Amino acid sequence: MIRVELVKLARRPRSWVTIALLCGLPVLVAVFVAVTHLAPPPGQGPVLLSAVLSNGSLYPAAALAIVLPIFLPVSVAVVAGDSIAGEAGSGMLRYLLARPVGRTRLLVAKLIALVVYTLTAVVAVAVTSYVAGRLLFGVQSVTVTSRGVTSANIAANVAATSLSGTSLTPGEVLVRTVGAIAFIAVSMLGVGAIALFLSTVTDSSLGAAMGALAALVTSQVLVTLNASASVSPYLPTRYWLAWVDFFREPILWRDIDRGFAVQGVYVAVLLAAAWANFATKDVTS
Amino acid sequence: MIVTRGLTKRYGRVLAVDHVDLDVREGDRYGFLGPNGSGKTTVVRMLLGLVYATGGEIEVMGRPVPSKVTDVLPQIGALVEGPSCYGHLSGRANLALIDASGHGASRRTRRPRIAEALERVGLAGVDNRAVKKYSLGMRQRLGIAAALLRSPRLLVLDEPTNGLDPQGIREIRDLLAELNQAGTTVFMSSHQLGEVEQLCTRVGIVDRGRLVLQRDLDELRAPTGRVVLRTPDADRAAALLAGRVGQREGDRLVVAEGDPAQVNAELVTAGLRVTEIGPERRSLEELMLAVTGSGSDRIDRPDEGEPAP
Repeated sequence: MIRVELVKLARRPRSWVTIALLCGLPVLVAVFVAVTHLAPPPGQGPVLLSAVLSNGSLYPAAALAIVLPIFLPVSVAVVAGDSIAGEAGSGMLRYLLARPVGRTRLLVAKLIALVVYTLTAVVAVAVTSYVAGRLLFGVQSVTVTSRGVTSANIAANVAATSLSGTSLTPGEVLVRTVGAIAFIAVSMLGVGAIALFLSTVTDSSLGAAMGALAALVTSQVLVTLNASASVSPYLPTRYWLAWVDFFREPILWRDIDRGFAVQGVYVAVLLAAAWANFATKDVTS
Repeated sequence: MIVTRGLTKRYGRVLAVDHVDLDVREGDRYGFLGPNGSGKTTVVRMLLGLVYATGGEIEVMGRPVPSKVTDVLPQIGALVEGPSCYGHLSGRANLALIDASGHGASRRTRRPRIAEALERVGLAGVDNRAVKKYSLGMRQRLGIAAALLRSPRLLVLDEPTNGLDPQGIREIRDLLAELNQAGTTVFMSSHQLGEVEQLCTRVGIVDRGRLVLQRDLDELRAPTGRVVLRTPDADRAAALLAGRVGQREGDRLVVAEGDPAQVNAELVTAGLRVTEIGPERRSLEELMLAVTGSGSDRIDRPDEGEPAP
């Protein structure tokens, strides 16, 4: 069944179009920045983008920061929201279950297809933006400090920064980028779990995807409010940007660990709810 | 093959299926009839384990449903509420995906089985165009092909001839009869009575969730003992058979009792002309109308009809 779900995912034009668009946006940004040499100053604009002008090998991380707030969660929510509700909407759900495909088995296969899609999307963005970064910005050594990344050029000019900074070998940049990719993938799995749960509740895949996005927007609003500080550590988007801490020296594990933990709890609870709901539900679609 | 006892399904306050006791025997061609909204589809869905019953028991091929439904489903071919497919894929690709879903279907024999199923429903020469470009009839045929993929022992078909033209209906009827000859039990729901009359050996009729009738079709259509005749000399015939004529509509007389040959002889001896004579049989349509109310798709004003249930 897992194989069947992967085949379905792969044969669906939508999967490839969304991944192509996800990869296209960072490339577009890279072209603009490379042509104009107008990177946003440090601290403004997408995370890390200020540093890439002098060092292309950081561009994958910057690219993920560009797609993370909207495009990545949207595409994951659409795929996850479609998983059960889409089968119900097209009328295929009843035929799959009458095949028979066990309900738990179907849910697990959908979940695995979702994980594969999420990883493919994140890795595809990283790889294409790495190529774009190498071609458009060239490579220099990366210097990281406890305040984050500075480019080699800035480091050379500003003595104070380079003194406390440590140069990363390309291998270390790779390891840290992989860490960031894993963190982002898990965060997206949290989004996927919300949409997958809603997908077992409604027969409308659009409704499920929109519901998940509504949850994220709510979370984002609450995260920025001081008034809701008491709940903010438990919100799904609270630690979304914690992966930037992989590019500090030393790596700041505190938020990264908490981010993994929060997403883990969300994924576990929502998948359990999705399973409980789907396994006992009357399929009338 | 299918036995239900006191099968009941309640959706909130609505009682969709009310103590239904189905009995479908092996080798039957069972026609499951009822007005729209009478609970046919809910029963079919419960038989396949898609909808869970509120009360009662179901046994399919001797196994309890839904607890052991996965044991019997591989031997059931189903068409429920119209065919469904992935529109962006071809018919063959759809069948391959359906067949690969779940386990138990051999990959090695998939291609020939798909080819055979397509051949049986008359889609052998179908090309690679996407299913969304298929006509309604082609989709219906594809849906039936999907039900036939694993040579099932039991076919559960909901409106199998929906969207087909008269030629197609005939083909599917012949196909089902042929499969039944080869040992497949056919359970089909329909509201095309003519079709059920021509194909089925046994019928069950539901009305507002209750099974109001379940019998062999031959029994139901057995002569009623009355004789129906048509004659241009209706007045004289009525006079001759005085006392025995039950009803008269124009040139059509219903004789309360008697043997058609006997009545015919009487009339002819008296010099009366007879255009048509034979034993009265009830049609399925008359039966249906007699035992069921109007479907749930008809909603009368409360002061005119009875209130909606």
